[in-house]
Amino acid sequence: MSALLRADELGLIACRVCGLVCRNVPGDERLNGDDVGDAMACPRCGTTLHRRKPNSYARTWALLIAAFIMYIPANLLPIMRTASLNDVDDNTIISGVVELWRAGSPNLAVIVFTASIVVPVLKFLALGALLVSSQLGSDWARVQRAKLFRLVELIGYWSMLDVFVVALLTALVRFSVLSLVEPLPGVIFFGLTVVLTMLASMSFDPRLIWDGRDIDE
Amino acid sequence: MGTTPPTALLICEHCDTVYRRRALVRGDVALCVRCDAELERHHALSVNAMLALILTAFIVFVQANMWPIVTLGLSGQHNSTTLWGMIIAMWREQAQVISVLVAFTLFFFPLGKMLTLGWLLWFARRGRRAPGFVRLMVALHHFGPWTMSEVFVLGALVAIVKAHTYFDVVADPGIYAYAALTLLITIFAGVDLRQLWDEPLESPA
Repeated sequence: MSALLRADELGLIACRVCGLVCRNVPGDERLNGDDVGDAMACPRCGTTLHRRKPNSYARTWALLIAAFIMYIPANLLPIMRTASLNDVDDNTIISGVVELWRAGSPNLAVIVFTASIVVPVLKFLALGALLVSSQLGSDWARVQRAKLFRLVELIGYWSMLDVFVVALLTALVRFSVLSLVEPLPGVIFFGLTVVLTMLASMSFDPRLIWDGRDIDE
Repeated sequence: MGTTPPTALLICEHCDTVYRRRALVRGDVALCVRCDAELERHHALSVNAMLALILTAFIVFVQANMWPIVTLGLSGQHNSTTLWGMIIAMWREQAQVISVLVAFTLFFFPLGKMLTLGWLLWFARRGRRAPGFVRLMVALHHFGPWTMSEVFVLGALVAIVKAHTYFDVVADPGIYAYAALTLLITIFAGVDLRQLWDEPLESPA
């Protein structure tokens, strides 16, 4: 195989929705009513074509920071209240993991810990590192960084696990005075964290990892 | 370049490298030389096979939503819930955000995805493009990451183990339907829906 040419160098654009290879003709305005610079629509599916996702750095940073802000109350506030005849117990994400461990399911405790703590933290660190290194135009470990991004995309939505656990327990544990489970605000912040981190990883353009210092936004 | 039809080329979504498309045989996966991402894989399932899978998934999905998922027992009282029971409970308990999130990721998006695919494949089977083909294919692309039935199955398992300490837990048919649905989703995970763009289909007259 000869030199690997990039679409940008050949004046081509791949449609991000249907994958069709299109010729990049600036000024060719086939998309009526929408003139975002040299906006051009994919002839097959009608999606506006972009060389790179628009404002990828700014959007990803904004969503990532918003997600991080939400993640603080998600961890500090309790996500679930368990009330029974003689006591009321408020659970945070981490106390839920500890309780699961004590209840004799260390395997599940590890899974919940991974989904609720490891995955979100990994997403913050990984996306942050990808943003900084790409913005610097670094050529350090590009293949590994590309793989890291795909890992983040693949595992991201599993964080929703704890939200579903709280929802199911709320619906099930309704024994009037004997036993009740209620959701608490922490779970809302946590749900928003997951959605925001998913949006953040979607707005990051992995092609930026491979763009050198010379090519900017 | 001038004479190459656009469908003969392939661009890696992850690093923008351009490739000439090659015919793939069963089991083949084309990987990007630069960034190691998957470019394309052999379409192992025919349109008929995909339609059969979608119909099965739809039937299982209806059952997973109608039947109760789990029943809890405490001193003679019993409580069970369905997916919609969960959504309503979260709404009433001042967690409307979560209620909407659950409704979309576990009900509306999976349902929308299955109905859309079923519709597209039903027509593709007769060698035709379904009415609304382009718009539905674009919608399908956007549904992609927001269907979470498989996460829910693991969540239900965790909830059962947590509840087991204090209550009598009986697994109801709904949870088995969900398990079956997860299996079908896993089989379908390897399918690249973009192949439908390339099917030689006639537009509706």
